[in-house]
Amino acid sequence: MHPFVLERPRDLSAALSFGAQAGRNDAPVEYIAGGTDMVQLLQEYVRRPDRLVSLAGVLDDGIEIGSQGLRLGAAATMAEVATHQAVVERFPLISQALLNSASPQVRNQATMGGNLLQRTRCPYFRDVGYEACNKRAPGSGCAALDGENRWHAVLGTSDDCIAVHPSDLAVALVALDASVEIRGAGGDRSVPLSDLHRLPRDTPHLETVLEPGEVITAITVPANAAGLRSHYLKVRDRASFEFAVVAAAVAIEMDGARIRQARVALGGVGTKPWRLPNVEAALAGAEFEPAALRQAAALAAEGTQGRGHNDFKIELMQRAIVRAVEIAGARA
Amino acid sequence: MPGAISPALAQAAGAATAPLDVSLRINGTERRLSLDPRTTLLDALREHLHLTGSKKGCGLGQCGACTVLMDGMRVKACLSLAALAQGREIKTIEGLAQGEELHPLQAAFIERDAFQCGYCTSGQIMAGVACISEDHAGSPQEIREWMSGNLCRCGAYDHIVAAIQDAAAVSSSKQEG
Ligand SMILES: Cc1cc2nc3c(=O)[nH]c(=O)nc-3n(C[C@H](O)[C@H](O)[C@H](O)COP(=O)(O)OP(=O)(O)OC[C@H]3O[C@@H](n4cnc5c(N)ncnc54)[C@H](O)[C@@H]3O)c2cc1C
Ligand code: SF4
Ligand code: FES
Ligand code: FES
Repeated sequence: MHPFVLERPRDLSAALSFGAQAGRNDAPVEYIAGGTDMVQLLQEYVRRPDRLVSLAGVLDDGIEIGSQGLRLGAAATMAEVATHQAVVERFPLISQALLNSASPQVRNQATMGGNLLQRTRCPYFRDVGYEACNKRAPGSGCAALDGENRWHAVLGTSDDCIAVHPSDLAVALVALDASVEIRGAGGDRSVPLSDLHRLPRDTPHLETVLEPGEVITAITVPANAAGLRSHYLKVRDRASFEFAVVAAAVAIEMDGARIRQARVALGGVGTKPWRLPNVEAALAGAEFEPAALRQAAALAAEGTQGRGHNDFKIELMQRAIVRAVEIAGARA
Repeated sequence: MPGAISPALAQAAGAATAPLDVSLRINGTERRLSLDPRTTLLDALREHLHLTGSKKGCGLGQCGACTVLMDGMRVKACLSLAALAQGREIKTIEGLAQGEELHPLQAAFIERDAFQCGYCTSGQIMAGVACISEDHAGSPQEIREWMSGNLCRCGAYDHIVAAIQDAAAVSSSKQEG
């Protein structure tokens, strides 16, 4: 690891005063929460901050459910949220996405805030032995374009970066219209989760809209997302303890034999958690039968661009949507 | 070249960082250390306290060989900075037996021959203890899912699952009796 000064601030305002920058990879001051992604990247020299500001003990870790919906404190762990009774009963999509993430050990350590801001698993990003990675070293090129790109994105890519955003939680949350609460020196603001991450465009090293010093303090999920029939389908190379090749988060409301409304988001295929309004529109009012579901899911292919090894994802993600809707619709 | 660290990086890595006074509660005993802030909990245990039962398989969170309990919950010691573990109750494999009496899961691992080379074993046992206390040892299938953070290169999985089932039965019969 590159040498750093470790700050252990007493409270949130002290933490904010260091001006740590959460959303970019070349920041001299960075936050650490559960550390499960940060420590790995420090050990690999991918991240080399001079100063590391610990968020331990300064952020809310509460889980609250009320008439407004669900509020998850940024310091709540993946394990706490996944097994919280109200989350399991009212927002099962969130619980399923979390229980399909990482391992029990990591889920005990990792926090909500850190999960949303975890870095891509692109192997070239995580190995400083490769020179070309625009996300890690702006302007250096992208080794994945002509390299091993089986795991890479087919939606939201640019010629500068095709890395997948790896969070399962974020995919479930984006389907449920979640927002993040942010605090900085200038005060508080709330941002829809779908606007938190930036597309790579020609600045893939700028990952989020967070300003210097800002922290995520909580995640909120509106009450109207509660109680929908939902399913998180994760397709991966081994049955457990693996990132998604393709994931589909689906929540639907039925109207007899038809679908009244549907929310669909995909993981493993986008440069950020990817919501599919065109598929949702086609599912709304559609008959709950295979041909209609397949027809709606086919719209997911709009705007995709494969890069060779990952071409198969374009077909696979349509099938994942169909399967997830079938499972969700069959739930009581 | 993949995997190579440049000389400049290696030099930076050697540079001194002001040491921190860190006090860790390990197996019920307070241990005071002066540590470089970069020290992981795993390195503090192995290199500074010579508690070498916890193993470093990957150092990146991927194998589970470094599993310890923190405030009763299983975590990966290689992904924790030691200085941030201050004030937490840490239990390692060295603290599991009561004197000469093995923990039921340690005994079950021997009984079931649940290892070959043994490198993953202390991590498997610590994760297994948590798997049982979390009530995730109801069936072989459930054990496999909830032990998936612990890899065994020797492939002793069937025996590991059997050992955890045995120890879970012991702990539930104790609760009932
Ligand atoms: C072996 C392994 C397997 C995994 N598998 C999966 C998987 O299948 N699915 C999945 O979704 N994830 C997976 N993960 C990733 C894991 O979910 C993340 O590492 C974890 O959620 C990060 O949370 P943390 O609290 O440890 O964050 P940290 O590592 O502490 O921080 C991550 C980033 O977030 C920033 N940060 C943290 N909290 C805040 C905040 N409140 N405000 C602003 N910035 C903040 C930090 O500065 C840092 O940049 C896996 C990880 C490991 C190690
Ligand atoms: S896909 Fe993005 S993260 Fe991966 S090598 Fe290219 S620029 Fe780097
Ligand atoms: S050494 Fe910690 S998980 Fe491998
Ligand atoms: S016994 Fe050898 S790695 Fe598990």
